[in-house]
Formats: sequence, structure tokens, C-alpha cells
Amino acid sequence: MLNSKTKQQRLVVIGNGMAGMRTVEELLSAAPDQYDITVFGDEPYGNYNRIMLSAVLSGDKTIEDIVINDRQWYVDHGITLHAGSDKAVVGIDRINRTVTAKDGTVASYDRLLIATGSQAVIAEVPGNELEGVISFRDIIDVDKMLAYSSSHKHAVVLGGGLLGLEAANGLALRGMEVTVIHNNELLLNRQLDKPAAKMLQAELEQRGIKFKMAAKLEALRGNDQDHIKAVQLSDGSELACDLFIMAIGVRPNMALAQQAGLYCERGIVVNDTLQSYDPSIYAVGECIQHRGATFGLVAPLFEQAKVCANHLSAHGVAEYITLPTATKLKVTGIKLFSVGDFIGDDSSESIRFTDPGVGIYKKLVIKANQLVGAVLYGDTTDGVWYQELLEKKTDISGLRDLLVFGKAYAG
Amino acid sequence: MNKPISTTCPYCGVGCGISALADESNHRLLIKGDSSHPANFGRLCSKGSALGDTIELKGRLLKPSVYGRETNWAEALDLVADKFLSTIETYGPDSVAIYGSGQLLTEDYYVANKLMKGFIGSGNMDTNSRLCMSSSVAGHKRAFGADTVPGCYEDLEHAELIILIGSNTAWCHPVSFQRIRAAKETNPLLKIVVIDPRRTASCDIADLYLPVASGSDAWLFNGLLHYLSAGCAPRTNPSYIEQHTEGYAEALAAAENADIDQVAAQCRLNKEDLQRFYEWFATTDKVMSLYSQGINQSSSGTDKVNAIINCHLATGKIGKPGSGPFSLTGQPNAMGGREVGGLSHQLAAHMDFSNADDIDRVARFWGSQQIASKPGLAAVDLFNAIYDGKVKAVWIMGTNPVVSLPNADKVKLALQGCEFVVVSDCIANTDTTALGHVLLPAQGWSEKDGTVTNSERRISRQRALFQPAGKAKPDWWIISQVARRMGFEAAFPYQSSAEIFREHAALSGFENNGQRDFDISAFADISVQEYDQLQPTQWPVNQHYPQGRARLFDDGKFYTPSGKAQFIAISPRFPGRLPDKDYPLILNTGRLRDQWHTMTRTAIAAKLNQHKPEPFVEIHPVDAARYDLLADSLASIESAWGSMLARVHVTDSQQPGNVFVPMHWTAQYASHGRMGALVNPFVDPISKQPESKHTPVRIKSYQPVWQGFILSRHELTSISSEYWVKIKGDQFYRYELAADSIPEDCLEWAKETGCNTHDTASSLWQKYQDPAQGNYRAAMLIDNRLESVIFIAKNNQFPQRSWLSSLFVKATLDKSERMALLTGLPPEGTPDTGKIICACFNVGEQTIKTAIQKQGLKTHQDVGRCLKAGTNCGSCVPEIKTLLAS
Repeated sequence: MLNSKTKQQRLVVIGNGMAGMRTVEELLSAAPDQYDITVFGDEPYGNYNRIMLSAVLSGDKTIEDIVINDRQWYVDHGITLHAGSDKAVVGIDRINRTVTAKDGTVASYDRLLIATGSQAVIAEVPGNELEGVISFRDIIDVDKMLAYSSSHKHAVVLGGGLLGLEAANGLALRGMEVTVIHNNELLLNRQLDKPAAKMLQAELEQRGIKFKMAAKLEALRGNDQDHIKAVQLSDGSELACDLFIMAIGVRPNMALAQQAGLYCERGIVVNDTLQSYDPSIYAVGECIQHRGATFGLVAPLFEQAKVCANHLSAHGVAEYITLPTATKLKVTGIKLFSVGDFIGDDSSESIRFTDPGVGIYKKLVIKANQLVGAVLYGDTTDGVWYQELLEKKTDISGLRDLLVFGKAYAG
Repeated sequence: MNKPISTTCPYCGVGCGISALADESNHRLLIKGDSSHPANFGRLCSKGSALGDTIELKGRLLKPSVYGRETNWAEALDLVADKFLSTIETYGPDSVAIYGSGQLLTEDYYVANKLMKGFIGSGNMDTNSRLCMSSSVAGHKRAFGADTVPGCYEDLEHAELIILIGSNTAWCHPVSFQRIRAAKETNPLLKIVVIDPRRTASCDIADLYLPVASGSDAWLFNGLLHYLSAGCAPRTNPSYIEQHTEGYAEALAAAENADIDQVAAQCRLNKEDLQRFYEWFATTDKVMSLYSQGINQSSSGTDKVNAIINCHLATGKIGKPGSGPFSLTGQPNAMGGREVGGLSHQLAAHMDFSNADDIDRVARFWGSQQIASKPGLAAVDLFNAIYDGKVKAVWIMGTNPVVSLPNADKVKLALQGCEFVVVSDCIANTDTTALGHVLLPAQGWSEKDGTVTNSERRISRQRALFQPAGKAKPDWWIISQVARRMGFEAAFPYQSSAEIFREHAALSGFENNGQRDFDISAFADISVQEYDQLQPTQWPVNQHYPQGRARLFDDGKFYTPSGKAQFIAISPRFPGRLPDKDYPLILNTGRLRDQWHTMTRTAIAAKLNQHKPEPFVEIHPVDAARYDLLADSLASIESAWGSMLARVHVTDSQQPGNVFVPMHWTAQYASHGRMGALVNPFVDPISKQPESKHTPVRIKSYQPVWQGFILSRHELTSISSEYWVKIKGDQFYRYELAADSIPEDCLEWAKETGCNTHDTASSLWQKYQDPAQGNYRAAMLIDNRLESVIFIAKNNQFPQRSWLSSLFVKATLDKSERMALLTGLPPEGTPDTGKIICACFNVGEQTIKTAIQKQGLKTHQDVGRCLKAGTNCGSCVPEIKTLLAS
């Protein structure tokens, strides 16, 4: 395929999501004219802020609010956008350096960026294919949830992680009776310690959300129309259910890469420059595996985008380092934050502050006079500052006595 | 409200007049200085100003009790009379004793003395004035033939040189100090010399400070006598010596080796400074020597007093305006006690046991057949006799010997072992009432009615402002009731204090004929109305001096047999026990600015507890380094007699080798703060005054596992930490703590101390824990009202208590305050006042520092205009000046 700007190199991006488009934005700002860019996306929109879907569900935002780049933006920047389900890329020809979409559209590349993201993990239980069983990944899911909330009563969310709780909160706000099933004693058990998790659960319960903790899903049962009607737990109990949300994690979308013969493990394996085993192919976002880690939160994606753009623009100096990522729950009125190793071990020390009267809990974990983890509940004002201290490995011995009270005192 | 009542301050010997507006129904009191009273002309110090905060009924002794059981007066009085009678019957009159106080009114004192010496027939009536004034009494008596203070306060305005010797006047007699400061401002030629081993706040106005070696004062003044008389042109007053004195040659001979080099070496003074002092004394016409406990509290205190008086006699600087030795008395009525004969070697009305005619005269006046004929036991000996079981029944009135006497642990043992201990007091829980078998509720200052005499011989009325608390009675009534029950009805018929005062006045004039200095016979027929309206008057008050007399000895006549003043040959002596390798440091003790005696009253006033909240030991930086003592750490101080714990204050105002501790703390307010336990029980052989300013001690760091503090709206019920100090604040109690083991659960521990007394469902503890650092903090709020704050840490790093303390007056805390609680620091934008410097207006160090910086304040007057600090009693002016200088 010929292009008028023939002197330019051709960059093809598979995936019109946050990681891919952030990389493009970074690239446009670093080297505006270097590439002729083509983007394939299987959703029929421009680019939107997926992490704000919770806010759309809860009614705090509209779809329009969360659009990052509308179609005009692509036009303005000379980017060819192929968006829609028939534009899903189905093949990569590494020999000829082309990609082919479902509808046959072919694009040639000099550099390929794979940003295919992830998909929800679907629980392997009977009935997981029933109508009304969905995940919480995109605008379509949100539209479904909004439709159910106006016509149905009982929602069950599987998974007390960030996404599950955001879904639960949104559905509760939309008037549904929501029960969260979680396989651990503690909510957000990977992001919170016990006191914070307990405070969170109490606060969500106050909002009317019910919890089945340390519970195991046995089966989903449908009605005559193959629509979900009940959830059965392994303890024998049963919950009425009109809408079932799977929120037990994501797994990288790497089938396309695998199919193209790129080396993958749990994700598309990339090096510190976000380059795959094929030097002309880069990958960013939730589809990758970097130094053993996969990703589910937005902050590292943005960092990857920056590094990747740096290399695509041939500056070639940046290296991606996986930093501890801070957790935030996008539920209005609930403030929680955690970062790093907030549990600690025998060689670490902890500083704790609690004020149950106003629902505040803070725990800092310290090792060799450095902050290595923090969990904050109720007051997250200083989360960013703690993250800074942690990333910079600041010696905190001089501020220790006031550290937990925040930057205003100790900084 | 009624109209203001004129009365007198119950604290130091300045004897300030007070104008008090009492609100009986709300039991509230508005205090102002009495602008017409010649002792203070309207000024009051921080303690006097806070009197209105000390009158609460909480903590008062309100009912008589016997053996721990509350009872009525009749039973208590019967028991005291019976026990005293039966003891006397079995063991004789010297087996009982009364130990009184310079806090008693003259009328109370008179009746107590009359009972013991006149009718029980023992000399065993002594008083806590023994601890502060008896060396002055003895020195006066030797030199003048009578216990006479020659001059008056007005002399301060006439003087051209004022010497403060062993007196931190700025803190102990603040109003007199302000008067001196004012005199100096009016007359810049007035020179001030301060002689003290300790560089005290009084040095603030000093032109010359002589950091004399502890205990070397007699050498210094022998040296002065030598200097005055040496050379070809002596600066003595030969004609005065000739006409009005005796013994000059002997005194001079005793000082013959005291040349300036010797004295400089002995006193460890710079020779030039010494020379300057001597020269100033020699060349200044009007010189006043103001001295206090630094002179008196010594095993050679009487000699020191006479060494000073010698110099005034040699130069004739006595008995004229602006000149003379002047003893600053410690207590409001130390002088009144001396006048009635309250010391065990005195009989009554400046008559004593050394003169058989006096004994006969008093016996006839009192109509007594069994009057005592010999001196009784003086304080230290008295409590030794109790310890030894020789004195079996003792009645202690208005004083706290378990705290204030030397070797105080032995005093405690003595009372524990005593068969019968009666304590009259206005406060229920003192270290001494704890050991009383019978407790008798005496009226407090605001309820009492009678007279007191201040340092300048001025008799003033203390007047009742309120109805008595509970069943409290005047001391004279209590004593009279016991006397009557002992069979002395006829001699103790008193119905009023006026009646007693008349008798006291009559005795002073009885067969006097100018023989005795103390003569207030003009009051012998005073009516009740006249007594009620009695204006402050300096004795003598008799037919020659119906309006009183400002100065004695202006006529050159003394009360010795020859009518001449006596030089005393002084051979300076070292203190009773010198430092050695086991006890290498010299312990000095003394008063603080904002506390009085054993704190039974001043510690009730929250604002008086802010200046120096905790027992401390001042030590020179060199010694602190030598003994590994960090500033603000705790130290254990031990003597051969006892020990205490105190917070270390490192300061070069101490000389190396010397340490200082305040005298005030008791077991009621501190676990280990009683300095009396350490003080060596050496006494002056003549005055029997203890050597409280010089005890060899050793010091070492006390390193508890943790330290901490609790601020609690309510008093704690049980404190289990090894070290604690209790400090009353405004609507809270502060506890400074230290202990040798860290509680397993700090919150549980705090609750057990009583922090949970008011724990309710709506209260939730805010907590901070850093176990690795041993750092624990917690706070409890009820509906956002602060109830308790706890800080515990191994590293002794704590915020100042000022901001947290200020939160207890707030009905609720706002969010930012709540969140800042466990930092101990005010939220941004809230000023931290810092530790309180000006107790009168509650102005903190940080506030003053900020004002100095931001507003460019240059002088303490600037600070006063801006913040009012230092403008009332002025006793914080030295500290304000230190802040200005820094």
C-alpha cells in the first residue's frame, strides 16, 4: 500500500486502547513526522479512557466525558484509523511486514506496535456461557449493565478486586441489589492489609452492598431462555441473580502474537525497551510480560508508552523499569491507597496510625530506613508523596516520627 | 459582688497587700495588688496574682478525722487533749511538741506558743521558720541584743549600693526585686551587686556578679572588714565604732588573715571583681545588704549574718535611710512567729529563756505556774527526738516537714513510728497529713482572720474573704479548744482573733520600758473595730511611736546590756560535710518563681505550673559531660541520706562542681522529687538552722526503657511507672512518665492508669504505633472533645506539651486539630506558644521569639507593650531579656 508520504516509515498499531494510543501520543510529541501511522481497533470508537468506565457506570461521568481522542483527532494527526469489529486484526505477516484485518484490510509496517490489551478471565463453572453473564471491560459491557440496572434487580459480582468493587458500587448506585462473591477473607487482598480491607468492607456494606467472603462459586444456573437466574455457591447457598459480572482478573491478549510466532509466556515477552523478540515489533500495555510481570493498572502502561515512544522515535535511551504501582479505588467517597510491600516481613518495621472515629488507617512499612510500602485508608492525601519516597529510596530516619502524618508535618 | 477587701498575700515575706473582690455565691475571687499597701503599692508577683485560682474546695481538708475516720470536732479535740495529757502525765511535758509554721497568723502562733511554753510547760514549740530565719534571728540577737530588722523597704529607694547575698530576689521576693529594678531605673547611679554561687535571674540587674564558692560567704565579709580597716587611711567609721559598738578589735583580729588574695582564693573569685566590690562598699555612703537563705541555711549561718552586720557596724552604715543589713524573710509571717516566740529557744514577745526575769515576767503575765524554763528542741532535733521515741506526741500545724526538713526520709520514719501525730492543715492530702493520726481542718488563707508581719516589721491584716470551707476552724480556735480540754480554760478564753492580738500587744509592752525592741503596746486596748480596720504599721507601736517606726538604731542605741552593738569575731568555717570522692558535687536547693513551699496551694493554679513543670537538676555543661548527662534526660541524685530523680537542665549558671534542685516537689506531685530526702542534717550550732544549701551528692544518668507523658482531662487513678510527675493544667492533668519496662499493650496500660475512667461507647482511641522504635501515641476523644493524650517513646523525643495542653479548653477539636493530635504539633497556621515565660499573662517563649523577630522588638519594654509579657510582676523580665539577647 502506497502512501503519499513515502519518505516516512510506516508504523502500524494493533489496538486502539490506552496503552497503544498513549504511545502514539508520546511519539507524535517526540517525533511528529517520523511515521506514517495506521491504527487498528476492534471497538467502533475513537480512543477512550477505559479506567473511567466505573465512573460512567456509577453515573459520575458520561461516555463523552471519557473520550480521549475522537475520530477527528486521528484525521487531524494524519492517522489512518480502522475501527470496528470487522477491523480486528487477524494476522501478522512478519516476513512481509504486513497485518491483515478480519475484513481483509492489509497494512504494511516498518515498525509494528502490538497493544492488544487483555481480556477478562472467565470462571470455569457450569453456566458461564449464560445470557446475563458478562465482564466489565468496555463500553459495551457498561451499556449492558446500565440496561440491566433499569430492568432487573439482582446483580452478583464475582471478585472483590478493584474492578469488581467498582462494578458493584456502580450497580448499587444504579439501584440494583448487589452481592459480591470473593474467594478471600479480605477485599482487595492484593492491595490492602487486613485493617484497611475490613474498613473498606464496612464502608461498602453501609452503602448496601452485600458480601460473600471466602466463598467459592459452584455454578451459574439459567432459566428457560438460558438467562442467568441464580448463583450457587459451594457451601450450598444460592443467590438470585439477573446480572452476573466476572471480575476475577484479566489475561493478556496474546493469541495474535503467538500466532505470528512471537515469543510469549504469560504475555508477549518484551525487553526493557518494550521490544519483542522481533526487533521491528514492539508491544505495550496489558498484553505484555516484562521481566516476569504482567500489568493491570494504568500507571505502568503510561510509563511503557513513554519508553516505547522513545525507542520508536530512535532516541533510544529510555529503559522501562517496573516500579511499585499504587492502587486506587475509583469509588466516590472511598479513599484508599496502597503501594509497594505494605505487608512487610521479619526484616521490616511498620508504623501505624488509626483513628477509627473518623475512619482513617495508615500503615507504612520500612526496611533499612527506607519506605518500602504503604497502605492508606480514609486519608490518601500523602499517597503520592509516599510513592515518591519509596521510588527515590529516600532515607526516612530523620522524618520517621512524623512520617505517617504526611508531608505537611514531615516533609 | 461585695466591695473589695484588703488583705495580705500568704506567700513570701514581702507581705504584699491585696485587694480582693470575693464572689461568695460562686466561690470566685478577683485579685489585685493593694495600691495603698507600702510593701507593694499595687504590685503582685505571679503567685500572688494567681491566688484566685487556688481557693477551690477540691482537695481541701473539710472535716476532722481520727485514725482515718471522719468525725466531729468534739471527738477529735477530746482525743488530742486526752492523748497529750496522758502522754505528759506518763512521760513529762517534754514528751510532747508542737511544730508550727510561718504560714500561721500571729494570733494562731501566739496561742500555740502560750499553750506549749506557758501551760504544758515545755519549750518544745518550734516552727518551720527554723529552716529559713533562725540564723538571722541569732545574728540579730548577738549583734543588736534583739531580733531586730533595722531598716525598711523604703530604704531600697535611698540606697546607692544594694548587695544581694544568697538571695534570688527576682524569684523569691519578686515584688521587692521589681522595686529595686525601679529604683535603679530612677537612679542609674544605684549599683547592684549579686553574691551567689548560682547565676540566678537576679543577676539581670547586677552591675557586678560575684560567683562566690558555696559556703565561703564568711570569708568574703571578713575580707571586707579587713579591707575597710586596712592601710593608712581606713574607710571605717571610727567615731561610730567608738560610740555605738563593742568588740571591733576582736572582730578585726579574727579577720586579720583575710587579705584580698586570701579571700579571692578561698571564695574562688576574680580578685579584680572582689576589689571592685570592696571598694564600692567602702566608698558608698548608703549601702544595703539584703540576704536570705544562701546566708541563713548554713551550719555557720549565724556567723555569716554577723560577718555582714560587722561591716555595717564598722562603717556606721546602719539605722539611716538607705543603709543597713536587711534579712529578706521567706514566709508571710516568719516575723510574726518570731514576735510571739515561736522558735523553741524563744519564750514570747522577744523574751527568751536566757533571762530568768523574762521567764518570771511572762509567767506572771500569763498567770502560769508551770511555764517552761529552758529552750525546747529545735526542728531537726525535735524530729530526731520523735524518731528516738523521746517525743511521743506531736502536733504539726500548717507545714509539711516530711518534705521540707533535711534528711526527710528519716522525718517520715519518725512520724511513722510516732505514737500520736496530729496535723492541722487546710489541705487533705499532703506527705505529712498522710502520717497523721488526727487531722484537723484549718481555715485556708481566704477564710482566716488575723495579722502577719513582713520583712520590714510591718504588721498587716489578713482578712477573711469567704465563709470557712466545710468544718474548717481558725487555728487559734482549735488550739484554744484543746487547751481548755487540757484544763487551761482560764488562760484560753478567746472568742476572737482581736482578743488574742490585744493580749499579745499587752505582753509586748508588759514591763518593757524600752528594754525590748518588740513593743506594740499601743494596740493593747485596740477595739474590735480598730483591729478590723488596722492599717499596715511597722513596729514598734507604742507611746513614743504611736504610728510605728520605719528604722531602728537611728539613735545609735541597741538592746544589748551596754546599749552598744556587738561586733562578733568570726572564724569562718567550712560546711558540715565537704564533697569527697563518693559524693563529689555540692547540692544547692531553693525556690522557683511560680511555686510556693510544698506546692499544696500553688500547684492547684494551672498557670503556676507552666514555668517549671517538673523537678529538675541544674548542672554545669562540664559536669554534665563528665557524668554523661544529656540535656532533658533524667538523672538520679544521691547523698549519704537519700536520693531523688530529676530532669537534667544543663546550664552554665551553675558553677562546675555544684548542682541545684528546686525545693518544692512532694510525693503528691512526683514519685521521686523530694529534695529534702537528700539534704544533710547539719545545723548551725547557735541558730540550729539546717544546712540546706550545701549537701555533698553524686549524680548519674537514669536511663529508663521509655519516657512519655499523658495529658488527661481527669486525674489518673493509678500510675505504675517508676517515675512520674503530676502537673495540673487548665482543665487537664499532665503526667510526665518514665519506666523500666515497656507495657505489652500501651493502650491497655494507659487505660489501667485511669485514662479509661470516662471511656464510653462513643469514645474511640486514635493510635500511633512504631513498635520498632518503641514509639507509641494515643488519644481519646468523646464527640471530638479531647479526653486523653498519651505519648510513649524509647528515644525521649517528644513535642513540647504546649499545643496539646491548649486543646483541653476547647469544646471540640476541628478536623485539622484532630489529625495533628498525635504529632503533638499544631496544624499549619496555628501558632505554638512554646513553654510559658510570663505566668501572669500566659505568654509563651515561642510567641515572644516570634514577636521579637517579626516586629523587631529591642527591649523588654517593647515586648511588654506588644504582648504584655513581663508587665505585671516583672519576674520573667530576665528571661525575656535572655530571649532578646539570643
